Amino acid sequence: MQLTHLTQHRLFLPLLALTIILLANVLFSPEFFHLEFKDGRLYGSLVDVLNRSAPTALLAIGMALVIATGGIDLSVGAVIAISGAICANLLNSGFDALPLVIFAGLAAGLAAGTINGGLVSIFGIQPIVATLVLMVAGRGIAQLINSGQIITFQHEGFAAIGVGTALGLPMPVIIAVAIFLLVQILMRFTALGLFVEATGCNPTASHYAGLNVKAIKFSVYGISGLCAALAGMIITADIQGADANNAGLWLELDAILAVVLGGASLAGGRFSLPLTMIGVLIIQTMSTTIIMSGIEPKYNLLIKSLVIIVVLLLQSPTFRQQIRQLFGAGKAMQGDRV
Amino acid sequence: MSERKTVLQLTGVCKRFKGVFAVNHVDLNVQEGEIHALLGENGAGKSTLIKVMTGVYSADSGRIELCGTAVSPQSPLDAQRHGISTVYQEVNLLPNLSVAHNLYLGREPRRFGCIQWRRLQKDAQALLRQFDLNIDVSESLSSYSIAIQQLVAIARAVDCSAKVLILDEPTASLDAKEVVVLFRILRSLRDKGVAILFVTHFLDQVYDLTDRITVLRNGEKVGTFNTAELPRPQLVAHMLGKELQSIEAEKTASRSDDTANTTLQVERLSTSQGLRDINFRAQAGDAVGLAGLLGSGRSEVCAALFGLAPLTEGQLSLRGNHYRPKSPADAIACGIALCPEDRKIEGIVHPLSVRENMILALQAKRGWWRPLPRHEQNQLAADATARLRIVCSDPEKPIGELSGGNQQKVILARWLMTHPNVLVLDEPTRGIDIGAHAEILQLIRQLCAEGMTLIVASSEIEELVAFSNKILVLRDKQLHTVIEADAISENAVLAAIAGSN
Repeated sequence: MQLTHLTQHRLFLPLLALTIILLANVLFSPEFFHLEFKDGRLYGSLVDVLNRSAPTALLAIGMALVIATGGIDLSVGAVIAISGAICANLLNSGFDALPLVIFAGLAAGLAAGTINGGLVSIFGIQPIVATLVLMVAGRGIAQLINSGQIITFQHEGFAAIGVGTALGLPMPVIIAVAIFLLVQILMRFTALGLFVEATGCNPTASHYAGLNVKAIKFSVYGISGLCAALAGMIITADIQGADANNAGLWLELDAILAVVLGGASLAGGRFSLPLTMIGVLIIQTMSTTIIMSGIEPKYNLLIKSLVIIVVLLLQSPTFRQQIRQLFGAGKAMQGDRV
Repeated sequence: MSERKTVLQLTGVCKRFKGVFAVNHVDLNVQEGEIHALLGENGAGKSTLIKVMTGVYSADSGRIELCGTAVSPQSPLDAQRHGISTVYQEVNLLPNLSVAHNLYLGREPRRFGCIQWRRLQKDAQALLRQFDLNIDVSESLSSYSIAIQQLVAIARAVDCSAKVLILDEPTASLDAKEVVVLFRILRSLRDKGVAILFVTHFLDQVYDLTDRITVLRNGEKVGTFNTAELPRPQLVAHMLGKELQSIEAEKTASRSDDTANTTLQVERLSTSQGLRDINFRAQAGDAVGLAGLLGSGRSEVCAALFGLAPLTEGQLSLRGNHYRPKSPADAIACGIALCPEDRKIEGIVHPLSVRENMILALQAKRGWWRPLPRHEQNQLAADATARLRIVCSDPEKPIGELSGGNQQKVILARWLMTHPNVLVLDEPTRGIDIGAHAEILQLIRQLCAEGMTLIVASSEIEELVAFSNKILVLRDKQLHTVIEADAISENAVLAAIAGSN
């Protein structure tokens, strides 16, 4: 009974936040919910939100795992730039077979993840420092690959990753949903999720229990690198060009935010991919809402951060306890852990 | 005795968690210049009561009076200001700071707002000298053993306040010599008029040290007694609410020393942690005790068997096969399990649930790609909970919410699920109430009878003598003496530890 109570709790707040933001649209811009089926594809603001969420969602999937082990991956934005640069340059060279280009992009992401994972798990460098290295160096590498230019390309097959349609939905949405399902199954239908959470909760005890803590830490950075590379290809295909300076800029922060909105602790431990996805949707829905509701764009960032602070405060047990004590319901609360 | 001044008086203190009484109308009276024992099984409400006194929890009802004035401490710091200091079972200091800084943390001697580091060090040195501790106070706390860290914590608490000192199982991680030092200090504090509330599981120490005893059971007070007037069996009866079935040692029939039957053979074992030239052999059904003072190498032997410390020399064999573990995972695959000494850091994985903690090692042994189905996990958890009599209402509860004894049982359950041939227990009864203590000793016997080989390191000689059929006495990380079968007695082990042959 306690468990159902808990899951209701965990799902409740992020979903409520999302609902409230959507309700705000009912009041201010009802056209937000307008959907249209045209040329074999759905169009409308809601589809837009999903489409624009896709790169952040991919990053957040990898980030959720990394954060669950008690780490953090700051380099994902830079990995987006690298994979984009590699793909764009390959497309402009002779080797433009689609599988090869995709493979090269993913390989770049995996290489980045290997570097991060190696620094963290083998050399024991603190994750924030280890990934900061690649966050800075990564954009430099991407600029070198691009020779300091923005590389544009013409390739229908590759562009489809960003602007194509499948099952009536934009291709990025399909990719993000597929990866979400794949990773979710990998985590929850095998014991990997338990191992990742145990590693984050207490690495020493997990080691004593026979887990290969180093391998677990190593692999989550690998997964995070792969997810970032995929996000990089979507962004590059979308604008049909690779911009080493701006592709995926600050996107790592949105990804971290989404994971935290999903109720995870930066200290590691429990994680939930579905809740993380809701976190991504909250962030993106809010951005779109602000633009559509006609509020002056200069208020964008302020409103966004206000909403986020409210959601995070509501999720904080300490804050909730203080609020309840304030309203005299303190007695019921005292049983909760401090 | 009764005309002494009351320092701390609790009247009708209640504390409920989720509607259940953890402490139910408890009165407690601690007087000036006495050492007062607070006893009870795990879950009796001792810890909750202490947390109420020290401001970690606030009482639902009741009064706390300190020297006649009502107080309601809001936080441990607030309690300390009133004159109530606490030393917990697990050292609650900052291991990365120096010993000196830990002693004066938050009350550093200052001049013009700057910390006077030199004076701080000098004061610290002088303070510790009263405790017979001559250590370099500028070293970080973590570079010293848990025992020394504990003494530092006590020194800090004593120095902070002189009215009431609460000691929550201070001796759990100390060896005999250090306990003697601690008791001498406590007695001298008592003679200076400090009121000391002492929580422990060691009944010997209760009779050795304390003046009065208050017993709690199921959150209620059973009574307060003068130590001298309360016979031990009666005390145990008060604590358990029944007569403890005496767990007298039924000496294991000495078996023929059959080489073919050897489960574990250790030859010329030396490790990077400093062990030198250890030799012994254990058969199926053996309980091998590891005795010795703190730092004698007990834990190091356990670590070597479990693949935590690389071998520099010698070899191990398991059932005749060469065995050289490189990691705990290796050891587990070969059928060895270790219940570690430091339960909080090396044992429990909080806040994962009791069920997840139990199945963790078995799942690790199976590999991530072969998950245990949920219904099997539930079944395993339910079986283990019943077999080990774990008190836990819901297997989905975070493990940290269980009492120490029950946490230890969960860790034992974790290892029993892997069906090991050799089970290594490092201080299995540390910080555990006597009920769980007896149950764990019984379990050790039962496992031996089932043919498992147990290696048990413990600082409690009485306990080792009770179940071992072979005791290895270690000194200076070397094997000093092996005492076997009928020769095993407390005196023999003590003599070997002390060094006379």
